[in-house]
Amino acid sequence: MALLEVDDLRTSFHTRNGVVRAVDGVSFCIDRGETLGIVGESGSGKSVTCLSLLGLVPQPPGRVEGTGAVLEGIDLLRCPREVLRGIRGRRIAMIFQDPMTSLNPYMTIEEQLMEPLLIHEKIDRAAAARMALQALQEVGVPEAEQRIRSYPHQFSGGMRQRVMIAMALIGKPDLLIADEPTTALDVTVQAQILDLIAQQQRQRGVAVIFISHDLSVVAGFCDRVMVMYAGRVVETADTRAVFREPKHPYTRALQRSRPAMQAKGAELYVIPGLPPDLSRPVPGCAFAPRCEFAVADCSRTEMQLQDVGAGQASACLRVQRGELTLQ
Amino acid sequence: MQEPLLEVRGVKTYFPLERGMLFGRGAATVKAVDGVSLSIAQGEVLGLVGESGCGKSTLARTILRLVPPTEGTVILAGRNLAELAPEELRVARADFQMVFQDPYASLNPRMTVYDTIAEAIQAHRAVSRAELAAEVSALLNRVGLAARFSRKYPHEFSGGQRQRIAVARALAVRPRLIVADEPVSALDVSIQAQIINLLAGLTREMGLTMIFISHDLAVVKHISDRIAVMYLGKIVELGPAAGVLERPLHPYTKALASAMPLPDPERERTRRRILLAGDPPSPVNPPGGCPFHPRCAYAIPECSRDQPRLEAFRSGHEAACLRLEQVNAD
Repeated sequence: MALLEVDDLRTSFHTRNGVVRAVDGVSFCIDRGETLGIVGESGSGKSVTCLSLLGLVPQPPGRVEGTGAVLEGIDLLRCPREVLRGIRGRRIAMIFQDPMTSLNPYMTIEEQLMEPLLIHEKIDRAAAARMALQALQEVGVPEAEQRIRSYPHQFSGGMRQRVMIAMALIGKPDLLIADEPTTALDVTVQAQILDLIAQQQRQRGVAVIFISHDLSVVAGFCDRVMVMYAGRVVETADTRAVFREPKHPYTRALQRSRPAMQAKGAELYVIPGLPPDLSRPVPGCAFAPRCEFAVADCSRTEMQLQDVGAGQASACLRVQRGELTLQ
Repeated sequence: MQEPLLEVRGVKTYFPLERGMLFGRGAATVKAVDGVSLSIAQGEVLGLVGESGCGKSTLARTILRLVPPTEGTVILAGRNLAELAPEELRVARADFQMVFQDPYASLNPRMTVYDTIAEAIQAHRAVSRAELAAEVSALLNRVGLAARFSRKYPHEFSGGQRQRIAVARALAVRPRLIVADEPVSALDVSIQAQIINLLAGLTREMGLTMIFISHDLAVVKHISDRIAVMYLGKIVELGPAAGVLERPLHPYTKALASAMPLPDPERERTRRRILLAGDPPSPVNPPGGCPFHPRCAYAIPECSRDQPRLEAFRSGHEAACLRLEQVNAD
């Protein structure tokens, strides 16, 4: 049985300019110990999907609906606030892109690490302090005994992200959501942090949802990839399959626009046009207006994610009909 | 070989740090750029890579004389910029332009696209109104924007379009050298491709010389002819773009190249990553000898004493490491 099963999640924001459908019918599941990468550009709905699951979308103006988001029997979309509060931080933890804005500048690292324990675990301060220190040592902060009494500004970006990871894992969650955790970091530090998350995941068997705009980071890190565009899932597949043969033109376009995947100096592929305005209805396939393979049917037929073989699902009409092979 | 367009000789840029009264002023200095020499040929694209705080932006700003160097000279098109009088420097600035990372912050929100570009043209040349209008639309056209956009304000554009406007403004003075400081870092992947293609096309077709700064190694490799790798204010490796990242010489570049994510799950899972311990040390108190020695797996006692100089290992590919031979023995 899957650890988390999300079915037809819909998150919209009611604004002066109309209803923005940020997440429009997203379904996926993740098993224990699995790593799922969610890839997409800004505005594709990847972060809002995760914030919706944790009840972190302010309502109003937001509105989260859906058939369900079931974490081992508990529907996150319908459970009482107190239940969700108990799940957040303990069973599902989240780390964000910018560790400086997600740490409290007025609290020492120790207090911040202890806080979730004192709230969720009902243990005394001495025991919590011991666990906090251990957590900080496990994420590889040198001289943890002294540094635990420091404030966030006394840490470098990479060290702050280590603190965030320690804080996320201290409640022994089943699922860790990492939202662009390395985007603000330098490459060598990024390598350290990815290595740390992978190592913690192996040791604890925690499932990870890894949100990134960078397909190459996901390539080395995730078992499965889910590609999002305009609030919808356009492809899900085993990571290797996505890189061997993408089953959606958008995935292919993303790959072709990255210099790392092209011959040096070659003209990079440019996706024409702009993403659709999500405050207006988007008929048919949202990517059709920018897709080089689109036919008239694409903007008329409602898209459904469909199995296209080898555990790969695509929302492309032409791939589903067997008219299109992308390599 | 023709004369280089730009020559940087022994440039050092230090910033004094004010400490408490007790220690007096200038007790510490940030050695942001610490003895950099390099030359760039006409039409060449030099990629400048390194992690935050390594001094790559300060080096670029020193070259453009937005920051005065503490020591050393910068010679652009045969002129020593340090010897120019203020008015001469102002005129000379038409030769070099900069494109910044954040197109939201680098365009004046109260000026239309037309005014933004026209201002740059008029700052350096006297042109008639008709010529001005023609030139603005030619520039917009050159960066792939329709001339009808010229009456709009920056907020009406997407990030990629704004960066095009910033490029058009830089081109307006007909520069010979463009410094692009992380020009695509704030943009989405698919938009990045547009700007990279645009900049690559400009250097190809207009013979522009460019210094391209980025922390994204894949992007730098794609666009550059040569790459200079900086660490704590010094250039530790310099060579052909593909060579530097595919067959790196310096232990730091080796770690950097191995940290670069590959878009290939098979290779990504099997390759060995060199994980560096800790963070880059602070440029306030850089370690003596080779700046990289505290984090280097190959370091020997001499490395903390002697400062290595750039030495050629292969043709046109040099690195600053005392143990260059041993490190690259295989």
